[in-house]
Amino acid sequence: MSKKENIIPESEETIEKEYSILNLGPTHPATHGIFQNILKMDGEIIHEAEPTVGYIHRAFEKLAERRPYNQITPITDRLNYCSSPINNMGWHMTVEKLIGCTVPKRVDYMRVIIMELARIADHLVCNSVIGVDTGAMTGFLYIFQWREKIYDIYESICGARLTTNIGRIGGFEREWSKTTWDQIHNFVKEYPKALKEFANLLERNKIFMDRTVNCGPISAKMALDYSFTGPNLRAAGVDYDVRVATPYSSYQDFDFIIPIGTAGDTYDRFMVRQEEMWQSLKIIEQAIKNMPKDQPFHADIPEFYLPPKEEVYNNMEALIYHFKIVMGETEVPKGEVYHCVEGGNGELGFYLVSDGGRTPYRLHFRRPCFIYYQAYSEMVKGIMLSDAIITMSSMNVIAGELDA
Amino acid sequence: MNEDVFKKLNEKISAKFPDAIEASDLAYDFPSFTIKKDNIHDVLEFLKNDEELNFHFLTDLTGFQTADEKQLGVIYHLHNMLKNIRVRIRTYFDINKPEIPTATDIWPGANWMERETFDFYGVRFKGHPKLKRILNVDEMDIFPMRKEYPLEDQSRDDKDDKMFGR
Repeated sequence: MSKKENIIPESEETIEKEYSILNLGPTHPATHGIFQNILKMDGEIIHEAEPTVGYIHRAFEKLAERRPYNQITPITDRLNYCSSPINNMGWHMTVEKLIGCTVPKRVDYMRVIIMELARIADHLVCNSVIGVDTGAMTGFLYIFQWREKIYDIYESICGARLTTNIGRIGGFEREWSKTTWDQIHNFVKEYPKALKEFANLLERNKIFMDRTVNCGPISAKMALDYSFTGPNLRAAGVDYDVRVATPYSSYQDFDFIIPIGTAGDTYDRFMVRQEEMWQSLKIIEQAIKNMPKDQPFHADIPEFYLPPKEEVYNNMEALIYHFKIVMGETEVPKGEVYHCVEGGNGELGFYLVSDGGRTPYRLHFRRPCFIYYQAYSEMVKGIMLSDAIITMSSMNVIAGELDA
Repeated sequence: MNEDVFKKLNEKISAKFPDAIEASDLAYDFPSFTIKKDNIHDVLEFLKNDEELNFHFLTDLTGFQTADEKQLGVIYHLHNMLKNIRVRIRTYFDINKPEIPTATDIWPGANWMERETFDFYGVRFKGHPKLKRILNVDEMDIFPMRKEYPLEDQSRDDKDDKMFGR
């Protein structure tokens, strides 16, 4: 009881200015994931923010030390689950780099199509959700069915939708069917209309611009200091894109531009992602047009690539390889590689150390979200709470990638 | 491809810090250097501030444990975006005295990466503004990525766990 009495000040002199503590999260509908921010508020202005992360930490790096290489692909699905095919392909390419395998051009182009579709899906979620957070539900409702169409394409290729586990080390599991190609053609033909409609709703919308321009800005210098990559860095005006800087999977064959912003605020991040979706469509069109014919859909690496079932039953070597791959008995060369791909959120890196055993000795994921989210508390200092919410959604922080 | 970069780096680092380089290699076309623990902070600062090298971007920072379980390591991946060259810097130290200087004064972005390394390997970064666990719970008293804590064998049958039915 004695504590309660102290709350009421005895005289006017004892009244002091006090910050109020607000817990934003861990589960809050506006944060799109499990993030906790302990905010020190001065009225509606954020005085200080203290992010707490790790709520869905699943020890992927430890798990990966016990798993054979082909069994790590499902782990990578769960990093950035909005664009899991990019993570899968990044992992396949890392292992291919380690074992020194070159894949046919056709595989490269097929991978490019899948990765760019995944990028569209990722940006589409992020951008439509910025709309929702600013109060514009309509764009989200209309554009979201197109993510569904991308998931249909994944489904017809690999059978899964969200956590795809798509492709294999060395290529794809099977040739894409006619249905898949029809779906891709249809998507490339129809999606521009939907994206145009979405752009009309938001891009030059007065209310949306008032809300997002100059909200949560970050300068190019600070972004580089905090190791930002991806759309968030490009919005601040640095034209760094892994697809161009260190091309992988034959990205050097494609003609596309890297959109950059100037202010690094929420509106720029939104616009960079919008333009990247158009560029992704351009890349997919080129990949379809220049797709090499008469090439296999996987590399010739029997130690890593599962043989077709008929051969397993009729061919001794195929049976041996099948057994070794399924039981995870394939040995890989010793080595230390770093491979990075341009994920939905930036440079997704795989640092892999192999000691020649059947599992990695050490595998580290360079997760772009984890690295740039640390600047969030700097960015929201002194801005309104409602602006902090859209700053977070425009940074596209994905809990799975953050916590690994 | 990166042979010139490798040669240049080797020259520049050994000119500035004689006998700081313990080992160097160019495996998989990626210049890598193992630097003595005592020199690590100076070398990183030099790599960032040298006008010609200008490794202004810290791509990655992570922990490592050597196979004999006697040493811990920290691996830095640096990037010069203008010339598009990358370098890997490793440093190893005794597992019983895991202390190295922080890199947060060189790159503010090293903050959480160092906290993660501390969380999983127990590397103490001297001078870090707030070195505490980040992904694991604060009460944890082990450093789980060390090799002395193996993952549980999935096939063990000596456990009687009614809740999860192992």
